[in-house]
Amino acid sequence: MSAFRLLIARDLRLAMRQGGDAAMVVAFFILTVVLFPFGVGPEPELLQRIAAGIIWVTALLAALLSLEKLFQTDYEDGSLEALSLLPLPLEFQVLAKCVAHWLVTGLPLTLVAPLLALLLHLDPAGYGALMLGMALGTPILSLLGAVGAALTLGARRGGVLLSLLVLPLYIPVLIFGVAAIEASIGGFGARPHLLILTALLVLASGLVPFAAAAALRQALE
Amino acid sequence: MAAIAQFFDMGGYARFVWPAWGLAVIVLGGLLIDSVVTYRKRRRELDAAEERKR
Amino acid sequence: MFRFANPNRFMNWSGKLLPWCAAATAILLIVGTYLALFVAPPDYQQGEAVRIMYVHVPAAWMASFVYGVMAASSAVALIWRHPVADIAAQQSAPLGAGFTLLCLVSGSLWGEPMWGTWWVWDARLTSVLVLFFLYLGYIALVNAFDEPTRGARAGAILALVGVVNLPIIKFSVDWWNTLHQPASVFRIGAPTIAASMLWPLLIMAVGFTLFYVTLLLVRMRSALMAAKLRALRLQEFQAA
Repeated sequence: MSAFRLLIARDLRLAMRQGGDAAMVVAFFILTVVLFPFGVGPEPELLQRIAAGIIWVTALLAALLSLEKLFQTDYEDGSLEALSLLPLPLEFQVLAKCVAHWLVTGLPLTLVAPLLALLLHLDPAGYGALMLGMALGTPILSLLGAVGAALTLGARRGGVLLSLLVLPLYIPVLIFGVAAIEASIGGFGARPHLLILTALLVLASGLVPFAAAAALRQALE
Repeated sequence: MAAIAQFFDMGGYARFVWPAWGLAVIVLGGLLIDSVVTYRKRRRELDAAEERKR
Repeated sequence: MFRFANPNRFMNWSGKLLPWCAAATAILLIVGTYLALFVAPPDYQQGEAVRIMYVHVPAAWMASFVYGVMAASSAVALIWRHPVADIAAQQSAPLGAGFTLLCLVSGSLWGEPMWGTWWVWDARLTSVLVLFFLYLGYIALVNAFDEPTRGARAGAILALVGVVNLPIIKFSVDWWNTLHQPASVFRIGAPTIAASMLWPLLIMAVGFTLFYVTLLLVRMRSALMAAKLRALRLQEFQAA
């Protein structure tokens, strides 16, 4: 367990040193959401209607941004090879990477989401579901993204390819994230949707490490 | 003659039915041609390489 | 099981099987087309537009069937590291993508006269669209590496990840659809179907399946020959 924590700390340190990955992701998130009123017009009713969708779609795109580097720097400087020799199984290392990635992207995204909801006039009843949904959904984005990042290591046009692979897999998170907000605005309660997101998170944390570790192993061969 | 015209008219749905079948021919035919052309090319290359080896 | 999957044995039996497959495919597709266009009756609701069904529905079946074959061969390739299974998965992908594209476009051409619009965000159409993107992602990934074996491995893992995700995506799209869809939508492919329409449909479906099998054998043979060619060239290079 301590090795697990050390790996997370290492990744966080690296992220800090490389300078504000989190800040860039949040800036992209805010800027892209701000573009929408220019695109569809500033009418509060329209923005309110589509606020949940805009925030979630933009969050998916923002989560993609820093994925490419998830294993790439370690792969290129050889530290991935060194890490694979550790007694800690590669599966746990993948999990540690995902936690670190979530802490520098998913968590900041979740924290600024209410601010963007305010700009888009989201119904006050939807804030709780937005925050909870993001808190449950963004870790899934990091996990699924890790599979894509591991598969595209050393590929040509890795970044674009990564988006092509990962975005279709993000669809369930998007659907239930938005449905949770709309259900609680409609007064039905977001509980079932949030429970499904929880189930997806559990499923993803159980399966992703194996897939991503298998992908890393074949990249190291 | 009228019967043929009637057949091709597809009860007024000609502009939907024929493109759908046409696309089927194009897609399946395209895959077929691609597969066969590649096959012949590989066969020729392999025969040539084995010839050189001998 | 693997007695038939050794590359040389595969070349042997596939070469013998191929003419029969090709002949059966041609006969079934010709008979199926004849029955679908000339013999099958027009639908009492949809009129002659129902003839789109005979390409659309088999294409839809093949779209998911081929993905299943891809996933199964990928599993075999990963577990037993079998090169022929790798090739089967890789060569299935373009065929599956072709069937999926055909399914989408013919569905759109069927939708316009029936629904009055080219595209409906119907649960099934949307799932097929996602499936199409999964095929494209797989093809792009397999071809993105300089080393063919890396591409094959990565593709096999992706195909398995996709097959785990497909039911989840399907389920979420269905859920999403029940939330947003107004109740009365004309549904393509009624559950009860007259025998006069079912026979042509089944013959077309079997024809499409055999078409896939035939082309898959041809493509796998090409891929194996390409591998042999690479090995021969390497020998020549080393000799020189």
